[in-house]
Amino acid sequence: MTLLVLDWLLIIEKLVLIAIIVFASLGIALYTTFAERKVAAILQDRPGPERAGPFGLFQPFADGLKLIMKEEITPNSSNKTLFILGPGLAMTAALMTCAVIPWGASVQLFGRTIDLQIADVNIGILYIFGVVSLGVYGIMIGGWASNNKFSLMAALRGASQAISYELAMGIALIALLMTTGSLSLKTIVEQQMAPGHLWNIAYQPIGFLLFFICAMAECNRTPFDLPEAENELNFGYHQEYSSMKLGFYLFSEYVNMIMSSAVMASLYFGGYDIPFFNEALLPQNIAALVGVGALLIKIVIFIFIFMWIRWTIPRFRYDQLMNLGWKSLIPIALVNMLITGAWILAKL
Amino acid sequence: MNTTEILFFFLSALAIFSAIMVLISKNPIHSVLWLVGVFFAISGHYILLNAQFLAIVNMIVYAGAIMVLFLFVVMLMNLNAETEPQKNLWMKLAGVISGGCLLMVFVSLVRQATDLNAKKAMTTTGDIGLIKNLGKLLFNEYVVPFEITSVLFLSAMIGAIVIGKKE
Amino acid sequence: MEALTSRSAQVSRKPMSLAERLFLPAIFKGMGITFSHIFKKQPTIRYPEQRREFSPVFRGLHVLNRDEEGRERCTACGLCAVACPAEAITMEAAERLPGEEHLYREEKYAAVYEINMLRCIFCGLCEEACPKDAIYLSETFAPANYTRKGFIYGKDDMVIPNVKTDPEGFAKAKGSPRNN
Repeated sequence: MTLLVLDWLLIIEKLVLIAIIVFASLGIALYTTFAERKVAAILQDRPGPERAGPFGLFQPFADGLKLIMKEEITPNSSNKTLFILGPGLAMTAALMTCAVIPWGASVQLFGRTIDLQIADVNIGILYIFGVVSLGVYGIMIGGWASNNKFSLMAALRGASQAISYELAMGIALIALLMTTGSLSLKTIVEQQMAPGHLWNIAYQPIGFLLFFICAMAECNRTPFDLPEAENELNFGYHQEYSSMKLGFYLFSEYVNMIMSSAVMASLYFGGYDIPFFNEALLPQNIAALVGVGALLIKIVIFIFIFMWIRWTIPRFRYDQLMNLGWKSLIPIALVNMLITGAWILAKL
Repeated sequence: MNTTEILFFFLSALAIFSAIMVLISKNPIHSVLWLVGVFFAISGHYILLNAQFLAIVNMIVYAGAIMVLFLFVVMLMNLNAETEPQKNLWMKLAGVISGGCLLMVFVSLVRQATDLNAKKAMTTTGDIGLIKNLGKLLFNEYVVPFEITSVLFLSAMIGAIVIGKKE
Repeated sequence: MEALTSRSAQVSRKPMSLAERLFLPAIFKGMGITFSHIFKKQPTIRYPEQRREFSPVFRGLHVLNRDEEGRERCTACGLCAVACPAEAITMEAAERLPGEEHLYREEKYAAVYEINMLRCIFCGLCEEACPKDAIYLSETFAPANYTRKGFIYGKDDMVIPNVKTDPEGFAKAKGSPRNN
């Protein structure tokens, strides 16, 4: 039986890592919903949810329980299988991104060196792009299967927005990849940790800005939340959904937000690098844990900025959105790429 | 049978099953989604051949972009069961015969091609699909066809805009 | 036309400059404004624990008064019902029987006195119309209820507790309005 000649320990290690990372991201997403309400409240001089538990910390569980207990409604004329597939796909695509993000350096446990990354593929960034482009299916299938013209329109809005901004995102990223020379997220982070090398934000400020704007559009965050403009465009692609299926859609948005924050932190802000500090001074395990903490802090800051923007800027009109994507961001990204190329040539 | 072979047969079965489902699904949306399934299976094959870059690009370009546009078009069409055109029997028969002929030609070609028979797929060892080798190949040996393709795409894009603009 | 407010500004339709078209400065300015609100005082009153003070002229739920001997003042004259613009008040009069002198002040009293709190607009005209100082508007408001019927307040809801038999209840109903 050659089938069983596998490194079972490796598989167990990876499974444990996957379980930890997936549950941790779900837990963070849970509290991101709470943070969203709290940040919105504080920016608007309100106290926000504070009744459930100390400081309202049990609020997300109350919200989740509410969603689960609600009646599950499946429209009569909907396409039943696809109606269920849609939210599942959205959630899966959102969670799959976490596989290639380096959450920390390696730790020594039970005599094994364990990388705090599920898979160090040499095309990590492309993998993220692939998964993000699949996330569109969740929206489109959900919107179409509801058999409601408003859902369908919102789904089309969402899909075309995602495709348009993916383009500018990709071109902004190419400029960064030209400077790093690698597609592996781990390599990119390690390059930034090397002494004498600044974080990539120092080399690619415009690229980062473009990437950030596009990430916001990909996550359907305000000011780009046209697929689910709840108050003026009839709620959006999940209009016919209720109960936990709706919860999956709403939740996948928050997971997406966490993942894109992690990607931005890894690409432009040194990932698990602690600024102005040499990690080699600490023992390996402690350094790795502190690094994970540093990455989490960066993610939290990004999430706060996402929310801060959401509660500051009103949403774009659809033609403004498309104009911004195609006529501003893509040309700027192209120029940025050309300048980066010229800079690299000049350095040679 | 090792893991790679099991995966190979699983992916092949998946690809063929999905491809058949593309053809026999009544609902065009289902067809498109099964086609996405086919692309996934093919990407899996690429990964088995150690061509990760090709696998991901196949997924981004075909599953992520082209099939989404397909879905766009299909969703916006009004496809009721009644409006579907009913083809007559002779057309169907002709289709079956010509399709069978094509299949026969392909099978005999593959069987007769000696240089194909001699080669074996390099699973997990080949490195031709890795991004570095692919890039070197594309920008050295095949730089002219590569650039010509890009010009072709550019002209197609401009053409689409010209048609779309009406005025 | 004279401006309604001193803060109105003329709408400018001149084309935007490059800096304005970038939107980024404006966005950062806006974000600065929202950020400054983190440090502002919250005007929230956490309701069941903290309550907003009523103004001394607040007109809330009605109270049917008693005199200093604990007798009901109302004589069911109907002036309040006539004065009521929302037609929320209905009453039925009855004659005081011998031996009830300690309950009702005059020979005639209101056997039934109902106010529909859903109709009432709390204008206080009943208070002004009453010749016997029998009805007053207190400084409480009607609590929520599950049925419409629950908002029709009868005598047992409104008559103030007797000073003599239930001084605590009387004190509570008279209330120090600040505690409401």
